Amino acid sequence: MNLKKEVSIVICGEAGQGIQSIEQIVSRTAKSAGYRVFSTSEFMSRIRGGSNSTEIRISSHEIGAYVDRIDILIPLNQDALFHLQNRISDETLILGEREILKSGREIIDIPFSKIASEAGSKIYANSVAVGAICGLLKIEFSLFEEQVKKVYARKGDEIVEKNIEAGKKGYTKGADLLASKDIRIDIGAMDRAADLLLMSGADAVAFGAIAGGCNFIASYPMSPSTAVLTLLAGYSHAFDSIVEQAEDEIAAINMALGASYAGARAMVTTSGGGFALMAEGISLAGMLETPVVIHLGQRPGPATGLPTRTEQADLELALYAGHGEFPRAIFAPGTVEQAFSLTHRAFGLADTCQVPVVILTDQYFIDSNYAAPPLDLKNISNDSSVVNTSGDYKRYVVTASGVSPRGIPGNGEGLVRVDSDEHTEEGLITESGEVRKSMVEKRMRKLDLLKNDCVAPTLIGPDTYSTLVVCWGSNFHAVKEALFIIGRNDMAALHFSQVYPLHTQTADYLNKAKRTILVENNATGQFGKLIKLATGLEFDKKILKYTGAPFSVEELVRQIVE
Amino acid sequence: MSTTIFDKQDIDIAWCPGCGNFKILDMLKAALSELGISPQNLVVVSGIGQAPKTPHYFNTNMFNGLHGRALPAATAIKAVNPGLTVIAEGGDGDMYGEGGNHFLHTIRRNPDITHIVHNNMVYGLTKGQASPTSPLGFKTPVQVDGVVSEPVNPMAVAIAQNASFVARAFSGDVEKTKEIVKKAIQHKGYALVDILQPCVTFNKINTFKWFKDNSYYLDESYNPRDRVKAFEKAIDPAGLALGILYINEKPSFEENLSVYATNREPVYRRKRSIETLRQVISSKM
Repeated sequence: MNLKKEVSIVICGEAGQGIQSIEQIVSRTAKSAGYRVFSTSEFMSRIRGGSNSTEIRISSHEIGAYVDRIDILIPLNQDALFHLQNRISDETLILGEREILKSGREIIDIPFSKIASEAGSKIYANSVAVGAICGLLKIEFSLFEEQVKKVYARKGDEIVEKNIEAGKKGYTKGADLLASKDIRIDIGAMDRAADLLLMSGADAVAFGAIAGGCNFIASYPMSPSTAVLTLLAGYSHAFDSIVEQAEDEIAAINMALGASYAGARAMVTTSGGGFALMAEGISLAGMLETPVVIHLGQRPGPATGLPTRTEQADLELALYAGHGEFPRAIFAPGTVEQAFSLTHRAFGLADTCQVPVVILTDQYFIDSNYAAPPLDLKNISNDSSVVNTSGDYKRYVVTASGVSPRGIPGNGEGLVRVDSDEHTEEGLITESGEVRKSMVEKRMRKLDLLKNDCVAPTLIGPDTYSTLVVCWGSNFHAVKEALFIIGRNDMAALHFSQVYPLHTQTADYLNKAKRTILVENNATGQFGKLIKLATGLEFDKKILKYTGAPFSVEELVRQIVE
Repeated sequence: MSTTIFDKQDIDIAWCPGCGNFKILDMLKAALSELGISPQNLVVVSGIGQAPKTPHYFNTNMFNGLHGRALPAATAIKAVNPGLTVIAEGGDGDMYGEGGNHFLHTIRRNPDITHIVHNNMVYGLTKGQASPTSPLGFKTPVQVDGVVSEPVNPMAVAIAQNASFVARAFSGDVEKTKEIVKKAIQHKGYALVDILQPCVTFNKINTFKWFKDNSYYLDESYNPRDRVKAFEKAIDPAGLALGILYINEKPSFEENLSVYATNREPVYRRKRSIETLRQVISSKM
């Protein structure tokens, strides 16, 4: 076995076996050794049992996507080998406890539990495994020690010491293995990788919200969007923000709108089912012209679907949710840098244009951990456009831009009246056709503001392309890596991190290509339909996946060149 | 009624002549005026129906949102700016039907808001269907065989949930209702005032006379801090008890929020520290 440049490690076991802590320590240790790291998890909708796995890619170059290939597999139970059978190849190095695995496959026996018992208890088995990985990768043991100290600090000195001791035993095993077997692993480290951030999609959305001044979040827990709620709750003391778990998603969106009306920068986080319940509230946001940011973490539907899996099938839901006609914007970050900057931007846009703004992510993006350069905080601003009102203040004064100066109650001499009925400039109920017409037009004029302030799509590859692969949201890294592997100088990719309104140059990009390919994690090509609606252009080929799993780099390479 | 700073000129009121809502509107303006509350510092949050139109007819800040959803919005408004006086106002269908879940959970949160429910035991705006409080046997164009579902008893529900302030009033008695509403507004925490009110157009059963004949006022000796007694009054088969049935002083939602533990400044006025964000992000290094 000869691994150069990168290695893909998969740990698989049942829920409750500590896979996430292995992921955390391996990733952080590898990063501190100067490697680029990416990790992604797939898990079942259960708290105990089943088969869950985490893939950790360790590399000398930039990576950020899921691969099918497994270089090193650590199965923690017998089911793991069955669960991953389609991904195990002759090249896969399987490290595990032969006694537990009882498999006909070639397994390098490392009795993690027995070794852990020597360190005091079987509960340290995971540290034996992590130690073995570090030994195999020739990562300095002290770096592992450092991470164990950080991760287990809360649990007390004894736990830290025992985990280090167990790790040391595993490390020796890994190092011996490297010496005895025909295994060569040589991942050149990048100098700067240790200074990179390692964060999940959820981290990036939460940081972006904080940067955007979010000081109110109300939500109802729903996988996979709950991570953002949990993170913001954790940071609520540091940033003076109100976090409320609502009784349902309907309450959540109405709380957010009440908070925003009173002057807060408010958001909700939810998944498809919860977003569907919020639909009337989103329409209310459009009518009240009250800013709100909605994080929609997609998972496969319809209905409960696959609660812990991934899909990109709620674009049309986000686009059309809410009765009546009103403008909105939808962002779909593909990198953690984009998730941070676009969530920050969403709060500013919601404030200046007084519209609902959706951040559309998915389970794969939220639960994956990416290496990223330090985030740019230089231009972070969250100054509010709220005005001090005078006695004759009218909340919905008709303006050329469509945006009326936004007052809040108790901030001036004026009264701030917002109304879900069609209303006059004062915010009072009306059935005048004339007023109705001018209010519809005023609200819809704001769509022009949104169109003029669109985030441009990112072109990956040569701008002299003849084939263009179009993707959005979390497929950024997978498509980028696939194109790198294909290595054709006449092929490029175009990634949209804002999917609505569509950037005005969309048609130009597509028209330049002789052949266009659409990549989406859904069954009907929803973004393709949106592009057709806006440009009249059809894709020559559609690569669609809707198994609940993200695209792997390998399958994209295969399907793009096919 | 005397004139108040809440009086609004040139309004086109959508209610039927003789509707109980007129008296509630006058009563509310007088109560607010006597408490010295300014229109600028008051927010009335309402939903959809005839009662939720009330804030359109007087000088106040107003959040007239969705059917049934006034309470979550009101809770959030008060949390973001605790200096405001916040009233959630609507009818029985709005608050106990469409918004029934929020009713339960708002009691649990105990925000310092006043919850005024115009309870006429019928749907007015949609023209005469049964409401959650319509009596058994009540016939309508939809409930053609009469209501068979047990009516919601808002007093009993609120006391069962250990609400902070629970009262019932009758729109026909403007002075007494005003005193109850004033106490509700002054009460710190969630305060429910269910106001019995005739619907002259769609409810021929629960008329002004019916309410007069089927209700009674709690006497001076009644102790509203006895929860079991309060529950007895809430389910009294002898008639509908009027007055403050239950008081249970406890910390409000806003008081329980960590953002106000040491700093009283409304959360929306505070400046975000980018330096703190920088530190938090660097922990991911």
